[in-house]
Amino acid sequence: MPELLLNISGVNKRFGGLQALTEVGVSIAKGQIYGLIGPNGAGKTTFFNVITGLYQPDTGRFELAGQPYSPSAPHAVARAGIARTFQNIRLFGEMSALENVMVGRHVRTHQGVFGAIFRHKAARAEEAAIRARAQELLDFVGIGQYAHRTARYLSYGDQRRLEIARALATDPKLLALDEPAAGMNATEKLALRELLVKIRDAGITILLIEHDVKLMMGLCDRISVLEYGKLIAEGLPADIQKNQAVIDAYLGGAH
Amino acid sequence: MAILTFDTAHKPRQSWASMAVLLAVMVAFPFIASHFGNSWVRILDMALLYIMLALGLNIVVGFAGLLDLGYIAFFAVGAYLTGLLSSPQFAALLESVVNYSPALGDALVKLFGEQIHTDGIHLSVWFIVPLAGLIAALFGALLGAPTLKLRGDYLAIVTLGFGEIIRIFMNNLNDPINFTNGPQGINLIDPIRIFGVSLAGEAGSKATVHLGALSMPSVNAYYFLFLLLGIATIFMTSRLQHSRLGRAWVAIREDEIAAKAMGINTRNVKLLAFSMGASFGGVAGSMFAAFQGFVSPESFSLTESVAVLAMVVLGGIGHIPGVVMGGVLLAALPEVLRHVVEPAQQALFGKVVIEAEVLRQLLYGLAMVVIMLYRPAGLWPSPRKEDRPAAALAKEEHEENEHA
Amino acid sequence: MDTFIQQILNGLVLGSMYALIALGYTMVYGVLNLINFAHGDVLMIGAMVGLTILKLLNSAFPGLPGGVQLAIAIIGAMPVAMLVNVLIERIAYRRLRNAPRLAPLITAIGVSILLQTFAMMIWGRSPLPFPQLLSSDPVSVGGAVISHTQVLLLVLAASSMVGLVFLVEKTKMGRAMRAVAENPRVAGLMGVDSNRVIVSTFAIGAALAAVAGVMWGANYASIQFAMGTVPGMKAFSAAVLGGIGNIYGAMIGGIVLGIIESLGAGYIGDLTGGFLGSNYQDIFAFIVLILVLTVRPSGIMGERVADRA
Repeated sequence: MPELLLNISGVNKRFGGLQALTEVGVSIAKGQIYGLIGPNGAGKTTFFNVITGLYQPDTGRFELAGQPYSPSAPHAVARAGIARTFQNIRLFGEMSALENVMVGRHVRTHQGVFGAIFRHKAARAEEAAIRARAQELLDFVGIGQYAHRTARYLSYGDQRRLEIARALATDPKLLALDEPAAGMNATEKLALRELLVKIRDAGITILLIEHDVKLMMGLCDRISVLEYGKLIAEGLPADIQKNQAVIDAYLGGAH
Repeated sequence: MAILTFDTAHKPRQSWASMAVLLAVMVAFPFIASHFGNSWVRILDMALLYIMLALGLNIVVGFAGLLDLGYIAFFAVGAYLTGLLSSPQFAALLESVVNYSPALGDALVKLFGEQIHTDGIHLSVWFIVPLAGLIAALFGALLGAPTLKLRGDYLAIVTLGFGEIIRIFMNNLNDPINFTNGPQGINLIDPIRIFGVSLAGEAGSKATVHLGALSMPSVNAYYFLFLLLGIATIFMTSRLQHSRLGRAWVAIREDEIAAKAMGINTRNVKLLAFSMGASFGGVAGSMFAAFQGFVSPESFSLTESVAVLAMVVLGGIGHIPGVVMGGVLLAALPEVLRHVVEPAQQALFGKVVIEAEVLRQLLYGLAMVVIMLYRPAGLWPSPRKEDRPAAALAKEEHEENEHA
Repeated sequence: MDTFIQQILNGLVLGSMYALIALGYTMVYGVLNLINFAHGDVLMIGAMVGLTILKLLNSAFPGLPGGVQLAIAIIGAMPVAMLVNVLIERIAYRRLRNAPRLAPLITAIGVSILLQTFAMMIWGRSPLPFPQLLSSDPVSVGGAVISHTQVLLLVLAASSMVGLVFLVEKTKMGRAMRAVAENPRVAGLMGVDSNRVIVSTFAIGAALAAVAGVMWGANYASIQFAMGTVPGMKAFSAAVLGGIGNIYGAMIGGIVLGIIESLGAGYIGDLTGGFLGSNYQDIFAFIVLILVLTVRPSGIMGERVADRA
């Protein structure tokens, strides 16, 4: 039984009259690439937002690396070890690529007002370390040469990579990616796939939402399928592909 | 702006040279201006205080993106604190306690002693200034706390409300216990005394300060003090900007949700922005009280908060050199105009068509509207070498051609 | 108890004025997600123009009955105020419709300053006395007194609000306004010219503010170039209290705030053992605002803001 990194169960979330999530859960083993798919409006991003503290669930049990964590606030979740990217790319547009990633280091560093003003040895050392690590991560995702480019002038694909680099800067145990391949062409998707495998090989577990079924089948170790806020299937990609309920959900079978 | 640059990151030598030149000009200025009377230096004294305020507000509005319309409240806190602890006011306060509740009053008089009962408290500048900064920082956190979850425009209105509330309290906290002396304000505030030398000059010296062999008008002495403080403020805010904290502030400004997701405790970081910004306001307020010798609620109205905001907006939100320029323009220019425009109108039209005060208001209003419509980044925004896509693309092409 | 009724009555009068002003804020916020910071100054313009008209009337046609004079002043002030507000929208706000939200707010503050400056230049800096045009005999209402001017104010406010409700609920323009307030893009797709609607919104808000301005002058017998700022902010608080974007909210919020302020000013001395007096009256509106935004941001009746995603 592989070690479980993320163990979530019993998540319910209601928005006014809409039951967005019903008894949703997921169990991800360490070192896996885990996929979450489902038709539009199924609740995938809602589930992400719940796991990462952006929304408060009505019920749910949350465990990361064997320890329960409370998804009460996004920054606490980041500190616990889950980092995420966003469906609509949320970069710090006016900052450079390097600075964006440096912000990612915030949660693992601690210099404050005193260090900022006086720049004593420890503060300078920390700042240098932040800068170095940020550059390292930019190189890792393949946009090292754009370190000083203002983020909002990067190309779309590079912006997605930057968001991933920034998330990696938080030293996460779990990297949660919300549609990282949206808007990419085939070549870019291939590059993304390579990057994700590289990240997994570096020891980080990945959870991702995606619509590109082919990409998911080739990349993920296991997949969960959501429809109308409920889990309708979970398992190996090959099995999911053949699952009738899944096929119905995507192709609009009998309702 | 091409000759002078302060971009230490990209053009270090030119920056330091620019700063040296500017410093030389600033230091020489009062000696030259003195020949034309004291008023020019006095104008710059006030301008320097405004620059400190603008730089403080820049932390809140420019770095963190929180539109604070009540910033002058912290200026007031610093000023009134100085008024209370550096003048006969505390004696008046004790008297009012005695009148209100003789038992409590007598106990306090016994605690503080007859000396203070007669003369009030007169703390030295070395105590007052840090205290003003600290208390203002506390108020910053207090006033910032309720605004943390509010979106931009509501935050603006609530901070405006706080600014007004502080002013109303300053205007009315004289009965039954006299903290602020009401609409009359507090006067006879001690001038600044450094190493025994009073910056207002000793009695009978006609406001001249004697430092050994050197002597200068009081306004000049204050000028150098404020210049020093101004430089210190620039230094500190600049260091804050280029630090982990500064990045966190900008992250919150750019995208608060992403900032939270990256582990930034936005509540604490925002409170820090309010506190740090407020502390500069408090110190400036303290200096203002000592310089002027009196404080009254009129100096701390919404108009003043808006004026400081206008300086930040006009100059270049977030860009420290821009904010300084905005401060100089909007603080000094109206005064300069008053000396030029009113006599000019007299000569041309035989009467003053537009008073200097009206001109000042006009400038502020126009500054805010025109800048937002046509140059929202301010007159002197941050220079970003790599941010012009055309230039960057051209550079890339150039590199590709080299490798081809 | 008499004091209590008096305070309530005072509160109703004050609240009616706040309601009239709040409507302007709330309607603009409903369609544009923008706080028209200069709205309080539109009130001031209304009052100033009204006074000017009265002065002109007095020199041209002396001896007109007070009520007629007042009516003409109001009718004359309205188009000027409407023009000013429409111009403000066109010049200062339209370009910034899609800018980050701080930009139009800063511009609005600038416009407010400019309006005050122009008023300063035209009408001077000192307070101007506003003539008492209606009989100063007090009207007795169950143990409390109210002036004729105040009665007129209540009547005007009530009829304006009724008129506005009719406009919004029963007319084509009203439907268009509600559509744009809910979803401007879809409204546009349905053939609604959102620019025209927005201009109308500004115009109507200004008309109401002009009525409030002239009556404010008549009630307090004095007007000044800076008179609009504080009532403006209080009216905005009232709009938030009632539910921003919600017309009924603005009306209810205005009345409620007026009563809170009046009762508060009346009883604050007792409540705080003499520490705070009625000169602290102005802070009530701000405290209400802060409380509402902290505890129930959608206000009494719920907010209705445009989906400008």
